[in-house]
This record gives sequence, structure tokens and C-alpha cells, in this order.
Amino acid sequence: MNVIKNLFSPKKRSRTISLLIVIIAYAILQIMSSTHNISRLLMSLLVPVCAYITAAIGLNLNVGFSGELNLGQAGFMSIGAFTSVIIAGIFNANGIEGIPVLIVCIICGSIMAALIGWLISVPVLKLQGDYLAIVTLAFGQIIMSLINNLYVGLDANGLHFAFVTNNMTLAEGGRMLISGPMGATGVRTVSTLTAGAVLVIIALLIAYNLIDSKSGRAITAARDNRIAAESIGISISKTKTLAFVVSASLGGAAGALYALNYSSFVAAKFDFNSSILLLVYVVLGGLGNMSGTIISTALLVVLPEMLRFLQSYRMLIYAIVLIAIMLISNNETLKTKAEQFRNKLGASKRKGAE
Amino acid sequence: MAENRTPVLKVTDLGIDFGGLTAVNDLCMEVYPEEICGLIGPNGAGKTTVFNMLTKVYQPSRGTIELCGQSTEKMSTIDVNRAGIARTFQNIRLFMNMSVLDNVKTGFHNDISYSFIESVLRLPRFAKQEKEADQKALELLKIFDLDSKADLIAGNLPYGEQRRLEIARALATNPKLLLLDEPAAGMNPQETEDLMKTIRFVRDHFKIAVLLIEHDMKLVMGICERITVLNFGMMLAQGTPEEIQSDPEVVKAYLGE
Repeated sequence: MNVIKNLFSPKKRSRTISLLIVIIAYAILQIMSSTHNISRLLMSLLVPVCAYITAAIGLNLNVGFSGELNLGQAGFMSIGAFTSVIIAGIFNANGIEGIPVLIVCIICGSIMAALIGWLISVPVLKLQGDYLAIVTLAFGQIIMSLINNLYVGLDANGLHFAFVTNNMTLAEGGRMLISGPMGATGVRTVSTLTAGAVLVIIALLIAYNLIDSKSGRAITAARDNRIAAESIGISISKTKTLAFVVSASLGGAAGALYALNYSSFVAAKFDFNSSILLLVYVVLGGLGNMSGTIISTALLVVLPEMLRFLQSYRMLIYAIVLIAIMLISNNETLKTKAEQFRNKLGASKRKGAE
Repeated sequence: MAENRTPVLKVTDLGIDFGGLTAVNDLCMEVYPEEICGLIGPNGAGKTTVFNMLTKVYQPSRGTIELCGQSTEKMSTIDVNRAGIARTFQNIRLFMNMSVLDNVKTGFHNDISYSFIESVLRLPRFAKQEKEADQKALELLKIFDLDSKADLIAGNLPYGEQRRLEIARALATNPKLLLLDEPAAGMNPQETEDLMKTIRFVRDHFKIAVLLIEHDMKLVMGICERITVLNFGMMLAQGTPEEIQSDPEVVKAYLGE
């Protein structure tokens, strides 16, 4: 009984609730798929939803907690995705398949994204607000065009790289892993819903453990009041870098999971639009609110696919729904009503306890 | 007297210009260990500017600041805090969205040594140091009679309690010198009375020096051992409360001729 009370203590409540949401959703989806009560369309969306949730959790750390607008999260997903394609290619050539490949790919994808995130954070985090947003936007575009022109082949002699023009000749039995604008090809899909759910849970634990630590306090302090944070010896640039790099690494991990779900995909998949969509998921779910991010991401990834029957009107309706949700969720009257309801619930609970 | 010891703070010929305006000029003062000093003067005299120079929010144009014999010339705000100066602000700067307890715990930032990896993996050192931080923060809050409000959001505290919390947060950084910028502003006489007791207790308990800016003359004359008076950025007088009160220049600056 005490354990449960502790899990729902004010400090841990949001962590417990978001983990419960993931676990319950996973259980329901597992039951549905094992009894074949799930549409093929929804089935195909499960892994991408998990990937986008992971990337959005990362972005929420950056935008929600650190308070810096980042328009390049899809760029980090891209780095994770194409890193994992290369690593999976090497593994497959050596006859290693399945879940171990996925695990190594996710780890390498997140490390690669974190590394590049750290490198660009040095010049980028000197900027603030709109300027930072523009630079991260440009970063996403640069990554996309770099990968659009990147050719990677693998044969018995090892990896071959080419840039802009594909002038490589591969030995017998070799194959292209990444072929420029054609993207990654011949990827053996290993991502599963279970792997996705585990990744989301790990991402949540990392995010919440970070928030509830000295680093998390420093990040919130630097956002709340820069001068006061410096006056008690907190380095603003260090804390912002930490949030940025953790956000990037979660983006990389998400990209790796996403990549190993498709046999082929192109770099243009991770364009400016995806970065903006990730930001929309975060803002709609509530800045700093992880449960909200999970729900809004799941809804907004699935919604446009569900609207396919509307054909050309699909994106129009999607946009209208989005505007409607934003208006409703920011309606002061509804907010007060919800607050009153919550207080009433709390009061009756306290009465029960007495 | 105290002058035989090394001062915690030694300011020599300190000055700063903003464009063509000289805000502070030729300021010399010393604060000795375990001393409570006051910095007073009419509005706009440059008192807060002095605090901002001491904490390197502003870079002085002239003069030197020495902290325990060490020059702070090349230090940033962060370095100055690590070297031993902690401050509060005239317009309260708490982390309003954080709990009272977390505000103080944030002050322990450089004291806590577990790494990012240790906190994400929740290794034993994390749990141990967090627990210690919790205890130390509660002890500090107790001094300011805020321990019962540890879980409240800082922004929801009444004004006087926010001021006290800010002092607690500054003390969490384990300073040698505490700068208080109008600690009694907005407090009623009873609260001011309690605050005076608390400041004295803090000085005795933590064995630190205190430099405070204040308009409440009852507080200044009641607890300060030495007082520096600023007027139009220039030092007008320096001395014990009795000397200051009988100084004709000071009386002129405050009341006019």
C-alpha cells in the first residue's frame, strides 16, 4: 500500500501516470494484435508512433524544460536513422540478425546524434530565442541535404563512401546501404511494437530521472531566472547544452527505431515538416508535460492516416482539427472547470482518507 | 580591532560608467570576517550597482575587488559565487515555478557531485547525495521558519517569506560573504524585528560576513557594526552607526539643508 502511495506522491505522480499510459496502451495493442482485431493500417503505424513519441519526449526536454525553441529535431532522427542503417548493414553482412542488431543500432544512433548535437551546441547555444530556432532549422536542412548526397556501399573490403556522385564499384556480393536521393535500401526490418514500447519507457525514465536531479533543477532554474541561477553558481551554457544533447540523443534513438521498421526510406522523410510536426506534438501535449506529449503524438500520427478516406481534403481537415484542439485546450472556461473538477476529486479523496 | 585581520571583501577605488554617466566612483570599503556591514544612501545613489559589480553582473570600469585577498577581476558571476559571495535581489528573483525545497536544493548545485549518468541510472551515490541535500535544505528552511512550507510552490509564498527563502537559497551555496539587497522591503515592523534576529543568527551560526543595503534605518542602525553611506555614486561617510547618525553630511544628504 505504501509503495502505491509513494508512486502517486506529488513528485512521482506524473512519472507514474505516463508510464502507466504506455504500459496500458501496449497491453491493449498486444491483445488486439494477437486476436487479430487490429487494422493493417494501425498495425503499420505502431512502430512509427513509438519513434515519434521518443523523439517528442526528447524535444519536450529541450523546448518544455530548457525553454529553447528547437526546429531541428528531425535532423537528429535522420542522423540516428542513417547511422543505424550502416551498422545494421555491417551486422547483417556478418550474419547477425534480430533484436541484438536493433539494440546496438539504437545505442549507436543515439550516441551519434548526441555527439553531433554536442558539436553544434557550442556555436548554437550562444544564441537565444528566434535566432536559435533559425539555426536549428538550418541545421536540419543541412543534415537532410548532406544525406541526400551521401552514397555508402558495403562489400568484402569494408565500407565505401562517396559524396554527390556515386563513383564506387563494389566487389562481388557487395551492396549499397545508402544511395543518395534514393535513400536507404534493403534494410532488414527488425523493429517491433515491443521494442518501441521499451524504448519509449526508457526515454521516459531518462527524461524524468534527469528532471528530478541536480541537472534538472539547474535547467529549470536557468529557464526561470538566468541572473539568479548564475548568482548561485549555475552555468547557463552547460545546463542548456545538457538538455540539448539529451534531446538530440533521444531523437537519434527514435530515428534508429524508425529506420529499422522500413526496408527502404529517404532522407527527405526527416525534413522541416517533420521537425515542425514534432514541435506541434510537444506544444499540443503541453510544454513540460510528458503524458500529454505521448497522447498528442499518438493521436496526431494516427489521425492523418485515419483521414485518408477524405482524399484531397485530408490535410485541410487535419489542420482544422489541429486548430480546434488548440483552441479548446487553451479555453480558460474549460480550464477552470477542469481545475474545479480536480479539486473536488482531491477533496473527496481526502475525506475518504479521514 | 578588526583591522588586523584580512578582510573578506576589500574594495579599492571602485567605479563604473554607463556611457557618459558615472554611476559609482572612488568607492573604498572593507568587510571583515563575521561582521555585519550596511550600505545606505538615498534612492539612485548606486547601492545596487555596487552589488552588481561585486557579483560581476556589471564589469567595473575602474578599481579592484578582492575576495579574501584574491582579485575577482577575471571572474564571472558564477566564479564569484564559487569563490564565496552569495546575494539576494532587490526585486525578488526566486525560481517561482519550483517548490520551496527545490529552490534551496538548487543552491547546493556545486556541492552535489554525482554525474548526469549516475542520476539517470539512479545509482546509490545519487540517492545518498539527494537525501543529504534534502536534510540540509530542510535545516536551512527551519532557520527561516519555512520548513513547514517545503513542498509549496515558491511563487505562492507571501512576499516576506519569499524574501526569507531567497536568503536561504543564497546560504545554500555556502558563502563567506552574504549580500542582502533590501531584505526588509515590504515587511511590517514585527517581521523586520524577526529578520534582524535571523540575520544575526545566520552570522553567528555560519560564521559569515554580511553586507546589506536597506532603507529601514531601525534595522540598519540596529544590526550593522559599520556603515558606508553613498550619495550620487560617491562615498559620503563611513563609520559606526553612532558616527553616521551624527555626521552632518549624511543628515544633509537625507534631509536636505
